[in-house]
Formats: sequence, structure tokens, C-alpha cells
Amino acid sequence: MAVSKQELAPPRGETGLLGWMRKNLFSTWYSGLLTLLSLGVLYLFLRSAITWAVRTARWGVVTENLRLFMIGSYPPGQSWRPAACVLIVSCLLGLSWAIWGRAMRIFALGLGGMLGLLALFRFAMPTRLWLLANPVAVGVGYGLGLLLRRWRRAGMVALLAWLLGFGVTWVLLQGFRKAVGLPYVSMESSWGGLLLTFVLSIVGIILSFPIGVLLALGRRSDLPAVRFSSIFFIEVVRGVPLVTILFMANIMLPLFLPEQIRIERVVRAMVGMLLFSAAYTAENVRAGLQSIPEGQIEAAKAVGLKGSLITSLIVLPQALRLVIPANVGQFISLFKDTSLVAIIGLLDLLNIGRSVLSQPEFMGLQREVFAFVALIYGIFSYAMSYGSYRLEKALGLGER
Amino acid sequence: MAVSTTEPTGGIIICRGVHKWFGDYHVLKGADLTVQRGDVIVICGPSGSGKSTFIRTINRLEVHQRGTIIVDGIEMTNDVRNIAAIRQEIGMVFQQFNLFPHLKVLQNVTLGPVWVRRWPRDKAEKVARELLERVGIPEQADKYPAQLSGGQQQRVAIARALAMQPKIMLFDEPTSALDPEMIKEVLDVMRELAHSGMTMIVVTHEMGFAKEVADYIYFFDEGRIVEGNPPDEFFRNPREERTHLFLSQILTH
Repeated sequence: MAVSKQELAPPRGETGLLGWMRKNLFSTWYSGLLTLLSLGVLYLFLRSAITWAVRTARWGVVTENLRLFMIGSYPPGQSWRPAACVLIVSCLLGLSWAIWGRAMRIFALGLGGMLGLLALFRFAMPTRLWLLANPVAVGVGYGLGLLLRRWRRAGMVALLAWLLGFGVTWVLLQGFRKAVGLPYVSMESSWGGLLLTFVLSIVGIILSFPIGVLLALGRRSDLPAVRFSSIFFIEVVRGVPLVTILFMANIMLPLFLPEQIRIERVVRAMVGMLLFSAAYTAENVRAGLQSIPEGQIEAAKAVGLKGSLITSLIVLPQALRLVIPANVGQFISLFKDTSLVAIIGLLDLLNIGRSVLSQPEFMGLQREVFAFVALIYGIFSYAMSYGSYRLEKALGLGER
Repeated sequence: MAVSTTEPTGGIIICRGVHKWFGDYHVLKGADLTVQRGDVIVICGPSGSGKSTFIRTINRLEVHQRGTIIVDGIEMTNDVRNIAAIRQEIGMVFQQFNLFPHLKVLQNVTLGPVWVRRWPRDKAEKVARELLERVGIPEQADKYPAQLSGGQQQRVAIARALAMQPKIMLFDEPTSALDPEMIKEVLDVMRELAHSGMTMIVVTHEMGFAKEVADYIYFFDEGRIVEGNPPDEFFRNPREERTHLFLSQILTH
């Protein structure tokens, strides 16, 4: 009997949305019942929430204080500088999308798209122009990236571009004491809101990661001095709440440094968050290091590799891939823990919200303010989470 | 660099009175072995006899506590430079393959030459591709180890070891973790390697392979070499009782 090679279409109702619903939501009678019940509960909750959001909420508190939320008390005349920084980031995201591919696409399009869409709202003209400039910047970056992609070293160029970008944004935001056109904007008193949250988180995340890796390696070292210092640092830092560390950093850092060097409060907060996050990252990385089978190290030795090469070529690449979920979780925590800098008098996104609420005309509008703040935290936390997922997929984790 | 012994070339590997303890457990009880260049040595014996531990002392994956091991004129001591120099001349193939899962097959093979022998990448890749061709899997070069079958992975492991152009190849039960239908492809590669003149020490249970290719077969039991002979002698005339018992156990099925 001839075997038919003709491909048949799957039975209807097995695939697509209907099929998914049938399989996952309504597979058995009690499953179907639970689905309906959950939908009912969801409806009751959401109905009041949505009615509130659309009818009774007074969003004026958010819209009127938007600049405060975004950049704190950064001098209004200089607000083109943070705006320029965002443009630089958009451009860099476009560049990364071209060079690193699909994993970065969602971020480039996400940021560009979100800001572009916001231009539809009734903002002042300059603001709307700036909002629209962002998707354009993404496009420009993408174009540049396509040109650079021919080069074998394109990845390195992209990394250098980001480093340069950070340097430029830092200088742009701070300015110089004596320069013309770029007057000094003190971190102490003026940086605030989402700007401050980002600055603290980004510096914290980027610097705590290598320090954490070094600590983890130090903890497994054969040299007693290195090992004990690492253990001591990790355990002491993990034994103290972050609030306390920030507080102590604020008070004690000036004691360790000579009189002339005065460190700004923001930098002290950065150091505190850095060290805190590094200790937790160290333990995450150590978990990964421990789970590398001994056979890997033996094979590396058998080929003739020595200590540090084995660690950097064989052990670390595998270990770091394994602990991506744990580490990204740590970064997300860090991002939200920045709100604790209130303890040393800095006003990040959350605390700007609270200070807005203390104004007489906006009293009692906690729901609106906190809903807005929660939304912002939520968007960026989810972005990091999704980034972690894309990174894992790109590395083929869980598949090979 | 190395403390060369005053002895003339007694062999490319000379082990004398090698003892090792794991804590209180005396695993190697004075093993002696001499291997000439180009010899193919098969070591067999019951599990727990210490044969894997023994060949791992040769490239210092295990440290022996008493006795001397001299490889290619260099004595195996705690001197790190000696150890590094010796390991470059010895290739090892493991029972569990131990390929590097985060690197492609080609990168697995070029890692040693590029980072240890400091070859330029082009040269390393060329040699790597030739070796993959030699072991029969040139088309797998750009895949990851997890995408290969067990037999293919072991052959990549052999190519990886050969990429360092070693003088000696150690095999620690290379086919024990393989499905029966894949054992042949790996043994074929090992057979070709033996015929090309490589000095090999193979710990294995594959007696057919031993009979065909080995110059000497050694029976390892309770931490030392009990007897050793060319294959014909070994199988027909086992002198020791223990050897006889072992052979009857593994040859009857």
C-alpha cells in the first residue's frame, strides 16, 4: 500500500487561539468552571480599578509634576541635558540592535516606540519634538550599526560606544564648574526623580557585577588571605540591611578619606548600593561556580590550560550563564531598592512622589501618585526581566 | 626547565613503585610500568582496582604520594612548570567526554592550540578541521556538543586531545559510556591512531580491541600491575590466578 506523503492540515480547533483556549482553559469540566470563576473575580476587581482610573482619579497631580517625577529639581533651563542623554541612549540602543541582533530589538523599538507614542499627548511643543526625535535616533543608530556590522570587531565597537555614551551622559548631566554653556549642576541638590533612580541603578548594576564575580572567585581561592577577606566582606554586608549600609556610607565614608576630598551624597549612596549588591551577586555566582562538574576542569587541565585561563575560558562562561536568572533578579531588586536613599535625604522617583503629596493642593492623592510610580517601576523591572529571558534564549540555555 | 633524570631512555613513560592514598584508603600499592615510544598498552582489571587512578597520575590529575613517575625524561613532581610541560605532551580522553558545552565543536578543538601553544587562529582552525576529518566528523564543526551523539562527542574529544600534537595519548575507559552501536566508530578511530604509531595507554574492557591492536596487555588488580604480556600470551597463558579469574568473567559473554 502506498504511503501517502501528503501533509494534512491539523484538525480544526486544535491550533490557534481557540485551540489554545480549549487545551489550557477548558480541558475538563472543572477546569472550565475554574476559568469562568477566575474571570468573574478578575472582572470584579478590575471593574472598580478601571472605573477609578478613568473617572474619579485626578491625574493632574502626575501631569503637573511630571518634570519633578522625571528629573527632580534639575534646573528647568538645563533640562535639555537629561533629554539629550535619553537621545544618546536611544541611538545606542539602535546601534546595539543592528550589531547584536534580535535580542536588542525589543528594547530599541520599545523605548523608541513608547516615547514616540507619548508625543501624541498634549505636551508642550519642544517636549513633543524631543519625544519624536527618539525613534529617529533609534533609526540613526540602527543605520550606523548596519554600516559597522561588516567589521569583525563590531561587538567591541558597540561596547566602546556604550562606555563612551556613559561618559558623555555623566559629563553632560554634571557639567563643569568653570565651563561656559555647561554650567555645573550639583548632584547633591538637583538630581532627583527617575533620573536619580536610573543613575543609581545603572552605576550600581554595572559596577557591582564585576566586583561580585571577583568576590566569588576570591571566596574559592586557595590563598587564605584572599579567601578570608572575601568571606568577611560578604558575610558582613549580607548581615546588615541596605538602609543601614546607606546610612553608614553617608556618615562613615568621609571619615575614611582625607579632608580635602569631599564626596557627594549621591556618590556615597552609589558606593553603598554597589557594595551591597556585589555581596549578593558574589553568592549567586559562587552557586554557579560550584555547579560546574569537576570533569570540565580536568579536561581543561589535560589540554594544558593553567589556572586563570581555565577560570576565564571554561568555568566562568558556564557559571555565569547558569546564574543569569538569579543575577537579573538581584539587579531588579537593586533598581527598586534605590528608593531607600530617602534615608540620606536624596529624592528619587518614589520620594519625589511623597514630597509632591505633601504639597497642600495635592494632598490625599496617594493612589494616583503611587499607581503612577508603581507603573514606572513595573515597566522597567519587566523590561529587565524580559531582557534576561531574551539573553537566555540567545545563549541557548535550556535547549543545549 | 625540567630536572632530567640521569637515566638513559628507559622508555617514554617510567613508573616505579607508585603509591597513592585517598585519606586512609591505599588505592595504588606500588604500581610499576614502563612504556616505550610507539607502544599501545591496554590496562584491564576489575572495577575499584585503581587503574583509572593510575593513569591519571601520569598527567597529574591525581597526585602520587610515593614512587617516581618519569614522562619523556621529565620527572613528575610538585614543580608547576614540569606539570604544565608534561601535560602539553599528553592527550587525555575521558569516559564522560568532558567537552566544553558552551563552545562549538571547532572551538573545543582549537582551544588548546590557541591558548596553550599560542598558534594563530587560522593555523589552529586548519589543523582542527583536518583532525575532525581524520576522526570522521568534519561536517559537525559548527555544532555544539549537545547536538552530537555520544560516539561523535567522544571522537571530538579525541580530536581535541590530538590537536595539541601530544606524544602520548591516555584513554580512560573511552567507550564505557557509549551505546553499543557507537562503540565501533570510536574504536575505529583509536585503531587508526595506534597504526599511525602513537604511544597509547588505554584503560578498557574491550578485549577484542586489545587483542587486535595492543602491544602489551596489563592486568591491574588491587592497586598494582599483576601481570602483563603481549596479547597472544596474555589470553592463552595467564600466569596468575586472579588474571585467569578475571578473563573467565569477561570473556564468557
